[in-house]
Amino acid sequence: MNIHEHQTKELLRSYQIPVPEGRVADSDAGAGIIAEQIGGERWVVKAQIHAGGRGKGGGVKIASSIEEVRQHADHIIGSHLVTPQTGPEGRLVQRVLVEAAQDIKQEFYLGLIIDRSHQRITIIASASGGKDIEEVARTHPDRVIREAIDPAIGLPEFLCRKIAARIGLTGPLMPQAVRTMRALYRCFRDKKALMAEINPLAVLADGKLMAVDAKMSFDGNAVHNFPEITAYRDFDEEDPKEVEASGHGLNYIALDGNVGCIVNGAGLAMATMDAITFHKGRPANFLDVGGGASPEKIANAFRIVLKDPNVKVILLNIFAGINRCDWVATGVVQAMQEQAIAEPVIVRLSGTNFEAGQKILADSGLPFITAVDLDDAARKAVEALA
Amino acid sequence: MSIYINKHSRVIYQGFTGQHSTFHAEEAIKTGTHIVGGVTPGKGGQTHLNLPVFETVSSAVRETGADVSGIFVPPQFAADAILEAIEAGIKIIVVIADGIPVQDMVRVKRYLIGHEAIIFGPNTAGVITPGECKVGIMPASIYSPGRIGVVSRSGTLNYEAVAQMTALGFGQSTSVGIGGDPINGANFVDVLSAFNEDPDTDAVVLIGEIGGQQEVDAAHWAKENMRKPVIGFIAGVSAPPGRRMGHAGAIISGESDTAVAKMNAMEALGVHVVRNPAEIGSTVRRALVG
Repeated sequence: MNIHEHQTKELLRSYQIPVPEGRVADSDAGAGIIAEQIGGERWVVKAQIHAGGRGKGGGVKIASSIEEVRQHADHIIGSHLVTPQTGPEGRLVQRVLVEAAQDIKQEFYLGLIIDRSHQRITIIASASGGKDIEEVARTHPDRVIREAIDPAIGLPEFLCRKIAARIGLTGPLMPQAVRTMRALYRCFRDKKALMAEINPLAVLADGKLMAVDAKMSFDGNAVHNFPEITAYRDFDEEDPKEVEASGHGLNYIALDGNVGCIVNGAGLAMATMDAITFHKGRPANFLDVGGGASPEKIANAFRIVLKDPNVKVILLNIFAGINRCDWVATGVVQAMQEQAIAEPVIVRLSGTNFEAGQKILADSGLPFITAVDLDDAARKAVEALA
Repeated sequence: MSIYINKHSRVIYQGFTGQHSTFHAEEAIKTGTHIVGGVTPGKGGQTHLNLPVFETVSSAVRETGADVSGIFVPPQFAADAILEAIEAGIKIIVVIADGIPVQDMVRVKRYLIGHEAIIFGPNTAGVITPGECKVGIMPASIYSPGRIGVVSRSGTLNYEAVAQMTALGFGQSTSVGIGGDPINGANFVDVLSAFNEDPDTDAVVLIGEIGGQQEVDAAHWAKENMRKPVIGFIAGVSAPPGRRMGHAGAIISGESDTAVAKMNAMEALGVHVVRNPAEIGSTVRRALVG
């Protein structure tokens, strides 16, 4: 689960990590009032969307007067911001963060991530902050420091000092760097996060270290224990079909093809999409019905897949282990009857209670196209498009 | 004959009396698995499926000599259940539970250092040696005893591959699910290495997915060490590029964890790569028979 920059900063502030003074506004007038309250002479107006690369898309603007703050806010709020991470359709901006602009002398990068290869939380730090850190990691891997953290000792001060020294946060900056690293790690552990990133971690003109931009994302399997984090969830940043699907216990991701897919298990769902692609078709979606799929769940899956107007054919591929083919078949028949589905439906059932499932389909008298295996199913789905 | 579990394995289930666990324990018993009891805190001393229920894993081990455990407890308690099994000296821990917080598994992996246990999962369909022992939720009917090892991240894709192999007459020595979570127990290299040492395994089918570097690491290892053919498939060629936030993930993995990149790397390292998931069975035949 991702959260916004202003929410991340609120969380970091509660861990005593210095962040710029600022608040969010949903109108140009509101943005102006916040800038007046903050005071000073320069402000930053920042689009609040989950995708990164906002600066490149024109979603981060400096203002030198209250009037200019209002102008930038007016321009950004309500626009569809296109960044390297949003895709060409962009993302509707509903709020801006208005902050006091900082006098930045130097920019560092600081991140925490779960590293699969070490199976540990790993801290990443670099003196090449602010700019394209992914590019730096590719072209100058030596400029990006990584240390896997042993959970038995956590992130001790000596390790923070070692990292700080290697990226040049020395002298009076070192104690601040150590405090920031340890606070970020504490926050990451407390909330069972998956990713935390401060970029840039800036050295200001007055010699203070400050988190000028920050992002965090959280573990969907753990957030229910942290109501303060779940309160940050912004449904406007999510696909409404995906939100509805997750409410029914379905994992759905919209794609741009025309073969609707209903499958059990993420791996088989991807393989089914791959088989369709192999036969020169294009999947309209990823949909995993999960384990223990009831007839209602299957009927809901049909409903969600058919909300996509591009869907011309539906391929249902179930290899039941923990699932039951008879329940799935009942759900398919129910969906076909209640939703008056006109599109061709290809059904491939295998595994637990397979015979009972086949019988339910045959007895229904409905015009299913049955497939004997994965290849047969993918081929028939693509043929049905013609 | 097999790796990890066989007809001599003495199996307990943690979360034994739950509905889910009960159903799968009954299924396993039907296929000959030697289940010796189970653990449900608060229900020690009762019997369930005519088997003893224990309060703790250590008492179950003491009373029954159990050496294998299937973890069926809800995800929020699962990490604790795994720690309990490790501490009690269980050798093979199969974690069916799905939805364990990633950081809980980071702690579990740390505790595992210096202990003998091998963990499969979390979020695995389990491990099965057909005809001898099944610890998991897979439909036993699609497996048949034979000489091909199978190791996969996904459960249902494992069933798909096994059904294709069984239909062509290639049975399985053991089929191992290592689970779909980012932090898991045994990895592909661990399982390949076990199959390499098993005199009754002739070839290994390795089924991976997008994300991470495990499969490519396994292909590197296999090139240096494996004396048997490896057949590989990576699901997710048509998956959308992950909607990322921030850069930290990309710094770690770069661009090399897409399905195509992984399959190309594996092919270059000598793995028999399957491009169409419907051809896993026929590729096994080609690799073995030519």
